[in-house]
Amino acid sequence: MLTIKNLHAQVEDTAILKGLDLEIGPGEVHAIMGPNGSGKSTLASVLAGREDYEVTAGSIDFDGTDLLELDASERAREGLFLAFQYPVEIPGVSNLNFMKAAINAKRENQGLDAISAKDFLALVEEKSALVELSGRLRDRSVNEGFSGGEKKRNEIFQMAMLEPKMAVLDETDSGLDIDALRIVSEGVNAMRHEGRSFLVITHYQRLLDHIVPDHVHVLSDGQIVKSGPKELAFELEAKGYDWIKEDTA
Amino acid sequence: MAYEGEDKILEEVTGKAYEFGFTTDIDSDKAPAGLNESIIRLISSKKNEPEWLLEWRLKAFRTWEDMTEPEWSHLQYEKPDFQAISYYAAPKQKKVLASMDEVDPELRKTMDKLGISLEEQKRLSGVAVDFVMDSVSVATSFKDKLADLGIIFCSMSEAVQEHPELVKKYIGSVVPVRDNYYSALNAAVFTDGSFCYIPKGVKCPMELSTYFRINESGTGQFERTLLIADEGSYVSYLEGCTAPQRDENQLHAAVVELVALDDSEIKYSTVQNWYPGDEKGKGGVYNFVTKRGICHARSKISWTQVETGSAVTWKYPSCVLKGDDSVGEFYSVAVTNNMQQADTGTKMIHLGKRTRSTIISKGISAGKSQNSYRGLVQIMPNADHARNFSQCDSLLMTDRCGAHTFPYIETKNPTAQVEHEATTSKIGEDQIFYCLQRGIEEEQAISLIVNGYAKEVLNKLPMEFAVEAQKLLAISLEGSVG
Repeated sequence: MLTIKNLHAQVEDTAILKGLDLEIGPGEVHAIMGPNGSGKSTLASVLAGREDYEVTAGSIDFDGTDLLELDASERAREGLFLAFQYPVEIPGVSNLNFMKAAINAKRENQGLDAISAKDFLALVEEKSALVELSGRLRDRSVNEGFSGGEKKRNEIFQMAMLEPKMAVLDETDSGLDIDALRIVSEGVNAMRHEGRSFLVITHYQRLLDHIVPDHVHVLSDGQIVKSGPKELAFELEAKGYDWIKEDTA
Repeated sequence: MAYEGEDKILEEVTGKAYEFGFTTDIDSDKAPAGLNESIIRLISSKKNEPEWLLEWRLKAFRTWEDMTEPEWSHLQYEKPDFQAISYYAAPKQKKVLASMDEVDPELRKTMDKLGISLEEQKRLSGVAVDFVMDSVSVATSFKDKLADLGIIFCSMSEAVQEHPELVKKYIGSVVPVRDNYYSALNAAVFTDGSFCYIPKGVKCPMELSTYFRINESGTGQFERTLLIADEGSYVSYLEGCTAPQRDENQLHAAVVELVALDDSEIKYSTVQNWYPGDEKGKGGVYNFVTKRGICHARSKISWTQVETGSAVTWKYPSCVLKGDDSVGEFYSVAVTNNMQQADTGTKMIHLGKRTRSTIISKGISAGKSQNSYRGLVQIMPNADHARNFSQCDSLLMTDRCGAHTFPYIETKNPTAQVEHEATTSKIGEDQIFYCLQRGIEEEQAISLIVNGYAKEVLNKLPMEFAVEAQKLLAISLEGSVG
């Protein structure tokens, strides 16, 4: 689904990713862990196509397409979804109108007609149940006045609506209490599917108790320094990131 | 960190040519350029006006001659040469028409291009249209239906002939001749406009709509609109404008007077899209308008405006809250792009007890434009427990445009409550990226964000107008990419 080879990326003149390799197969859930400043969020931004991030070397293949040739909205329409660490508020734009615009952009890309009002509402009902998103939240402006937990649930709701091939969750657990963490995780788990892959970026192991990954990678100083099965996350939690740094030194 | 894509799209957006730039080739009955007493006499006699109106015009002209053009606005423009303007032009169409079929085909074509074919308007939607081309109304529909209710909706010229007592009683009663330089000029030379009277207790069942259009090269437009809502009545009035492309600046100095008698309500909505000039600011309409309403006891006047056009806009739709418990509202979206300048806002003059006013102003600046909100909230000594809430937001699309807020608050009564909120923000790179990441194209993302920002005001417009207003915002800011 996603093959990253020797990826180098910088912000302004500071190199952040320094030769990252990662392969994610269809239906797999990969977790990337790492200390602050290791490049986790940069990887998410580079995948999503944020323009401030410059790729200086390497390649990213996304389901047979050269991802780096596509702009941010093309990547999204091709089925790449990013659940933001800090979802933004868009005052005056209703959550549902926003979703409708996104779904229709994708459908247009696939040569389909705009979704009918009836089908759209049915989809909203189905998907909002996944993350217990109330009608009140669906009808409000995008993320406006949402609590931290509500914003993250809204991200997962949007993901469910857009049914991406590849979802990148950027620190989705940050700022969540136990209940919200459970709701969000259950939403993600319900979305797990043989044709859909996940890249879960997190600082803490606790999210991985709920969303159990197939593989865990440790990112340090812009490179994957260690990969392993899900147990690697427990080891990291117990020993801390310094252990990896010493281990790889 | 700069978001390169945004600047690029805003450049493209800025480059979008004016879409409604076309002129109609119709012979005009046109006065020679220049302004003097004999021109005023010509206008008055062409329009077969009564003596009192001619006298009123001449008095206004003498008043205007003694006045000087105001300099206090945050605007820079070349002062119009009032002697280079022709003050009267009428389409060659003198006989009274029995049906739409008799309307000049050229005129019909223009109306079609504007998307307001009268036939369609008649059939659909219940909107009566009083179409003003240059200075003479060419067609009015739905008259019979309105007449059944006793509603008068016609051109000002017709009202002068048919209802002189109403015109004489109310003209200049809200905007006195000497109110300002342009209102005096308008009083002297106005050629037409709309007149509307809603009788006691009547709720006008349809939105009354007038489309203005400047169509004769070098002809200043001096519209005069007078709208009277008698006791306990209600009316929603729509005014919309598009104009053809021009090389020289065109002056537009309209006067709109609203009279809301006891317990009545007037909703006055405007979508303004006059030619704003090219990217370098050449050409474009000068829009110097005086709009004011007077509210008697328990009445309400609500101004809603979407301003996207004109090279220079100078406009403050205002409410004089004279009667106790009367209400004034002002909702505005003003978009400026390229070299456009707008100095717009409102005045809420609280005279009566427990009078209330609300001001919501949303400025959007793009290109190198300058967008100013200027508002006055005045609470007079007798206005016990008067209340005002003002919110003035500015959205900047580029680093080269300007947004300014000049709120004036004068309170002469200690029981008054006045609140003012103001924000300025730049369109968020993060917001645009968020939309992009959901698969929405940049152009549509900007449109979504801007329409969301202006939603509070757009929601106040009647449905059919809201759609047009959204399109205008899109045309003004989006453009077509590539």
